[in-house]
Amino acid sequence: MMSKGRSQPEPHHPVKERRVLNGAQIACEALLHEGVEVLFGYPGGAITPFYHALHDYPLRHVLVRHEQAAAHAADGYARATGRAGVCVATSGPGATNLVTGIATAYLDSSPVVAITGQVPTAMIGKDSFQEIDITGITLPITKHNFLVLDVKDVARAMKEAFHLARTGRPGPVLVDLPKDVQMAKAPFHYPTSVELRGYRPSVAGNARQIRQAAALIRAAERPLILMGRGVNLALAGGELRTLAEQGNIPVLSTLLGLGSFPGSHPLFYGLIGMHGVNYANRALSTCDLVIAVGTRLSDRTTGKTSAFAGQAKVVHIDVDPAEIGKNIGVDIPIVGDVRLVLEALAREGIEGQRPEWLADLRRWREEALESPRRRNGHVSPQEVIHELDVQSHGGATIVTDVGQHQLWAAQNYVYERANSFISSGGLGTMGFGLPAALGAKIGRPESEVWAVCGDGGLQMNIQELATVVQEGADVKIALLNNGYLGMVRQLQELFHERRYYGTALLGPDFVKVADAYGVPARRVEHNDEIAAAFQWARTTDGPVLVEFVIEPEENVYPIVPAGKSLEDMIEG
Amino acid sequence: MVRTQTELEAARHTLVALLEDHPGVLNRVVSLLRRRGYNIESLTVGHSEMKGISRLTMVVAGDDSIIEQVVKQLYKLVEVVKVSDLSDDRVVVRELALLKVNATASTRAELMQIADIYRGKIVDLATDSVMIEITGHEEKIDSLIELVRRFGIKEIVRTGRVAMLRGTAGVTKAEE
Repeated sequence: MMSKGRSQPEPHHPVKERRVLNGAQIACEALLHEGVEVLFGYPGGAITPFYHALHDYPLRHVLVRHEQAAAHAADGYARATGRAGVCVATSGPGATNLVTGIATAYLDSSPVVAITGQVPTAMIGKDSFQEIDITGITLPITKHNFLVLDVKDVARAMKEAFHLARTGRPGPVLVDLPKDVQMAKAPFHYPTSVELRGYRPSVAGNARQIRQAAALIRAAERPLILMGRGVNLALAGGELRTLAEQGNIPVLSTLLGLGSFPGSHPLFYGLIGMHGVNYANRALSTCDLVIAVGTRLSDRTTGKTSAFAGQAKVVHIDVDPAEIGKNIGVDIPIVGDVRLVLEALAREGIEGQRPEWLADLRRWREEALESPRRRNGHVSPQEVIHELDVQSHGGATIVTDVGQHQLWAAQNYVYERANSFISSGGLGTMGFGLPAALGAKIGRPESEVWAVCGDGGLQMNIQELATVVQEGADVKIALLNNGYLGMVRQLQELFHERRYYGTALLGPDFVKVADAYGVPARRVEHNDEIAAAFQWARTTDGPVLVEFVIEPEENVYPIVPAGKSLEDMIEG
Repeated sequence: MVRTQTELEAARHTLVALLEDHPGVLNRVVSLLRRRGYNIESLTVGHSEMKGISRLTMVVAGDDSIIEQVVKQLYKLVEVVKVSDLSDDRVVVRELALLKVNATASTRAELMQIADIYRGKIVDLATDSVMIEITGHEEKIDSLIELVRRFGIKEIVRTGRVAMLRGTAGVTKAEE
């Protein structure tokens, strides 16, 4: 649930209710009522009435350079703040360019509201200029969407869109506004409540199931907590910590769960899954109880489902009932807000000591950490992330793109705060990093925000350097350049006879590119320059780019081959 | 895997969903079923007794875990108000079919007799065909079709299954 513990700004009421406004003004009024402060957008013909109205409202518009970036920036903003992120585009290609960003938000349950222009209602269905059926296209990648055909419905659609985006399991919602609906007038009245007969997300967990889960926890000798993105979304880190400490239960994390439990806490045993640490995956194979909290137990997390936590009973807590039992069989299902459920579980009393289990885990971790890091002449990407962690004391917001650098960033930074690791986990969208970092920085200006990107992903939305500069957004960029689409190259190396095809990237001179956009940049080619480069970047005002020229054939380890069990991991 | 007839029937569930009567709702349901790969044998939709609520009946094949997912995924659609699994004995199940069958002066009487035995009705006559209307369980309709096949079937249309609980209880009742 997004409604808990978030600081929402006071609703703003600049226009007296019941005034007659046009659809575009009504949409802007709705944004103010919902506490929106910033929109990421790109105008075009069918959305011009909205932009005309927007000019009169105290709303910040961030003009991106490609609509995909508007959706990613809104997503990054949502992930960093817990508030709904808003993006705007015109009809046709503007709307279709949002699609990848909306899908990214959908797979990772981000509260994003997308507003699109549409051709006038009389021209819908006639293949008009820049007409596309965007509600049809986004049907499978939105929590819900609206095509508003009457100006009288604009306020209600906006109200419902924000309600749906933020409550229950959050997700993107799209509102399609035909141009004539934006221009038609109606008396404005903003609804104070929503009436959605078919939408009643469960909040509190079932008391009997909570008692049963508590009994299982008390009886368990080797329990584990597996936390996912839901814990970050619900800001339930505190409740999770209480439960873990009360029962001396080790905590593991999925990729998007990182940060909701402090990475330096003695009970934290790291990332599991395809690129999880070996002691965490080993713990899963050995445990007798998994308490899965706010995770959909995706294939990247579980590996082969039949072998997942083979000796364990499973308690699964999630706000979305459809996630329970979808991939992994469950002994005790608990549907509800993970924060409330964890609180209730802790009240049941689950005290335990479990010294042997904790000693096993400590020993496995120590064994794993003894293996030395590989070193050669090139810059070590692990070292880069580690140095960033040391200098920022685990306090920065790390926004990644997708690929090898994403996993290095997950493995080598110690995330101490909720929502401090922002990454496209479900859809795996290259090009996410830079625009999402822009959105995160605008949402969380007091935080040090780093975009950690590879050379492939950065080039997918590199035009957003212009937006960063125009907005004066202090986004720091760490580029790990290996001249390859590294993750695919790694798969080719390990599973396709080392035939590198379609993966070598002849990149531009990134320092010059950054410079041309007005972003100060440096290149780092030796390990001993890493620390100084970060010192320079962190003390320079405004956006900077540091390019690290890393070992071209460095791999992400461990790796569990797709479809294999977590025990079949390959270590470097 | 070869399944017996009983297993097949057990794996076949009749789901009834109440939907907000909004444009595009059926599209949302059908799109969901397609993209998640569920096996739909029939689907039929129409008005219910409640204003603004449509009633959809569908027959889905799958084991219990699949049916559970179908129900949960349907509930995730904002405009789906209620989903019920009407797969027990206390249900009246019907399908309607229209069959246009070749009929000459010499075969017409026999066809009318067959239709009568199946409690079907002749609803249209032409010089060389008859149209039979029949309602009932799918198997009854299948059986009639087999029986009249030798006359030559020109056209068949079937509505797909609709279902309703026997007795006072109803799927819509709990909603109010």
